[in-house]
Amino acid sequence: MAVLNEEQTMLRDAAAEWAKDKAPVSALRKVRDSNAPLGYDPAVYSDMAAMGWAGIVVPEAYGGSEFGYLSLGVVLEELGRTLAASPLVSSALGFASVLLIGGSAAQKEAWLPMIASGEAVGTLAIDEGPRHDPLQTALAGTAVGNGYTLNGTKGFVIDGMAADAFVVVARTSGKAGEAEGISLFLVPADAAGFTRTKLSLADSRGAAKVVFADVKVGADALIGPAGKGYEILEPALDRTRAGLAAEMLGTALGAFDMTIAYLKVRVQFGQTLGSFQALQHRAAEMFSELEITRSAVEAALQAIDAGSNDIRELASLAKARANETLHLVSNEMIQMHGGIGVTDAHDAGFYIKRARAVEAAYGNAAYHRERFARLNNI
Amino acid sequence: MSETDSTELAAFRAEAQGWIAANFPASLKGRAGIMLNLNVETDEPDFHAWKKAMGAKGWGVPTWPKQYGGGGLSKEEAKVLSQEMMKAGAFSPIGGMGVMMFGPTLLEYGTEAQKQRFMPGIVNGTTRWCQGFSEPGAGSDLASLSTKCEDKGDHWLVNGQKIWTSGAQHADWIFCLVRTDPTRKHEGISFLLFDMKSPGVEVRPIQLISGNSPFCETFFTDVEVPKDQLMGPLNGGWTIAKRLLQFERNALSNAGGGTGGGTARMVPEVVKLAEKYVGRDAEGRIADPDLRQRLIAHHLKARAFGLTLARVATETKSGQGPSAATSIMKNAGSKIAQERAEFAIEMMGNLGLGWEGDDFNAYELGAVRGWLGSKVVTIYGGSTEIQNNITAKRMLGLLDHQ
Ligand SMILES: Cc1cc2nc3c(=O)[nH]c(=O)nc-3n(C[C@H](O)[C@H](O)[C@H](O)COP(=O)(O)OP(=O)(O)OC[C@H]3O[C@@H](n4cnc5c(N)ncnc54)[C@H](O)[C@@H]3O)c2cc1C
Repeated sequence: MAVLNEEQTMLRDAAAEWAKDKAPVSALRKVRDSNAPLGYDPAVYSDMAAMGWAGIVVPEAYGGSEFGYLSLGVVLEELGRTLAASPLVSSALGFASVLLIGGSAAQKEAWLPMIASGEAVGTLAIDEGPRHDPLQTALAGTAVGNGYTLNGTKGFVIDGMAADAFVVVARTSGKAGEAEGISLFLVPADAAGFTRTKLSLADSRGAAKVVFADVKVGADALIGPAGKGYEILEPALDRTRAGLAAEMLGTALGAFDMTIAYLKVRVQFGQTLGSFQALQHRAAEMFSELEITRSAVEAALQAIDAGSNDIRELASLAKARANETLHLVSNEMIQMHGGIGVTDAHDAGFYIKRARAVEAAYGNAAYHRERFARLNNI
Repeated sequence: MSETDSTELAAFRAEAQGWIAANFPASLKGRAGIMLNLNVETDEPDFHAWKKAMGAKGWGVPTWPKQYGGGGLSKEEAKVLSQEMMKAGAFSPIGGMGVMMFGPTLLEYGTEAQKQRFMPGIVNGTTRWCQGFSEPGAGSDLASLSTKCEDKGDHWLVNGQKIWTSGAQHADWIFCLVRTDPTRKHEGISFLLFDMKSPGVEVRPIQLISGNSPFCETFFTDVEVPKDQLMGPLNGGWTIAKRLLQFERNALSNAGGGTGGGTARMVPEVVKLAEKYVGRDAEGRIADPDLRQRLIAHHLKARAFGLTLARVATETKSGQGPSAATSIMKNAGSKIAQERAEFAIEMMGNLGLGWEGDDFNAYELGAVRGWLGSKVVTIYGGSTEIQNNITAKRMLGLLDHQ
């Protein structure tokens, strides 16, 4: 594990304890069984925000602690272990990062304090088709008078049911596939012409389809210069990917720990499952993968905090590795549990369903392997 | 008529054609998937008429002996029958565990009276059987089972619990492994048959991660079973169980790892999905190069597996004895099926995460449930690990750790 400073160590310990107490997997089960409209329990998110976690990357001037991205990653890892359901990644990481990188003073002033306190939730409205590909943005932003009119559909917005505000990725010029011409707009959920519907997903969280029908926004809704939004979006996405990779590492560790614990207690043929080498070697292999992935995740978060120039490459490395590792561990969790692992009463199903959802989020493994290859001239 | 048919076979082909034409209702044509995948039986009259006709003819179990209601056909005739059924879009409405596993075992180990009593229900598809083998403490190590069966003079008394009993909530009868001697492991097990409506039998469906409830916990509390429902000798159940598991694994292998068959045939469908959800580049290649490479490897493996299925079938039919490849079929087939299911949801992206609702089409929702459902195929009917242990020990002569 990265050498953590005192704050980070305290954050980690507090998050670990809190997750066990307040957001065990049974809490997500409750969210699912009660068909919670937001895909999480708002009281639980308030509690998280009260711990200060929603303001970890937000400067003190806006009510945050500015502990940095590694610090947030440390918390996300602990929350990922128990599949704690909250909009922390989309709001306190993704949405906050866009504003931090490209927001005007007024935009930051308007939203960051509420994001940091957990009073408001923000999210990124990016993907229109089923697969993550921000360059394919087609949602139209048409200049009208002093402002813009937005028309189009975002097919899949993470925490889109809960969000009070959206960073909407729109196209003001150019064509799908091009970075040039992408513009970002800050749009509140109460804008006229905005509608959303909840998507019922396997991971039971609160994604939404959101529609913009002649949504009129002023010029002050534009984040950064028109047509240059990708220059803000891409680094903000990389921060989100690195943070989500930390959460995924935690999820993989949660699944792994439960599996190892089971191998130690389940007896067949008069011995524990853990005594069979066929399983031992696979457990050791997973342990190795987890350690290697941890290095990639921490390096990406540290690079962000240090402002290094290889953030893009490291973010793709972290997300690709986290995807591969979580994919492996979530499958092995089920296989090594045998019949009990495929029952709904067991938690393994929650892990594998969440795993595939986060694998797809902000770029799947293939997307990031390909991006890593391009950045490295492979 | 096929060019290679002998005169007798050609005559049989004509007979089969005629009989199918006369008996198979046109309304059922090509609907095998829908008609047989129902958890609860359909009440379509045509389906029942067809089932009755097939049952009376014995062609649901074409190679079983005529004296017990089977078709009495040779292997060649059975092959011709299945070809003709396929041509007509027909299917056998008679199946389940009775046909797949219990019937063949009953033919080998049952007494004459037991065969007379139980075969008709299997052949006609009127008695549904379930398999009471696994217990909470006895999964891979099946022989450690502990469901207690005591000799009470004029009846057996059964107490204990089974788990993962597929279809127990719909089953009429159960073939069950019970412990009749607690002092010996394999030699203390007996094979018992009883009515699921017997007092003291309770079933509780178990929900799967896919949302289905295909199997149950099954509890026995002081269940009284008539003496003549013991199959095979007292304490001789393990040998019968092993034979039954062979029938089960063969059936699963033939189905390509228990995935409903056609593992090899399914690959083009995955390519179509890639085309639809990922698209093609200017040169006509699947647009995601990383996905494409993995898809190619999968396609190659699935094709080679399909060829292996065919080779095993030919070798077995030619009377060379069971092919060496038989031992790897279940693992290879189930792995391919799981890979395919993962590909489908990966390609669909967010649409491959849908649980319910109008934002996803039926195919997408099916792919998600199917992906979760595919996780069972490496666990049931002998897990991948147990199959590999068997292959290492029996085929390769490597040390047995148990
Ligand atoms: C969908 C489904 C339907 C089923 N239907 C029926 C049914 O109708 N009737 C019935 O009786 N049973 C049924 N089963 C039960 C099935 O046979 C058992 O689940 C299976 O035998 C595994 O047992 P277990 O679940 O107790 O897992 P365990 O035996 O606890 O195994 C857990 C894991 O450890 C591995 N393992 C165990 N021993 C070894 C070893 N020596 N070396 C290496 N790895 C090992 C296993 O492979 C598995 O990965 C069904 C199961 C499923 C999933």
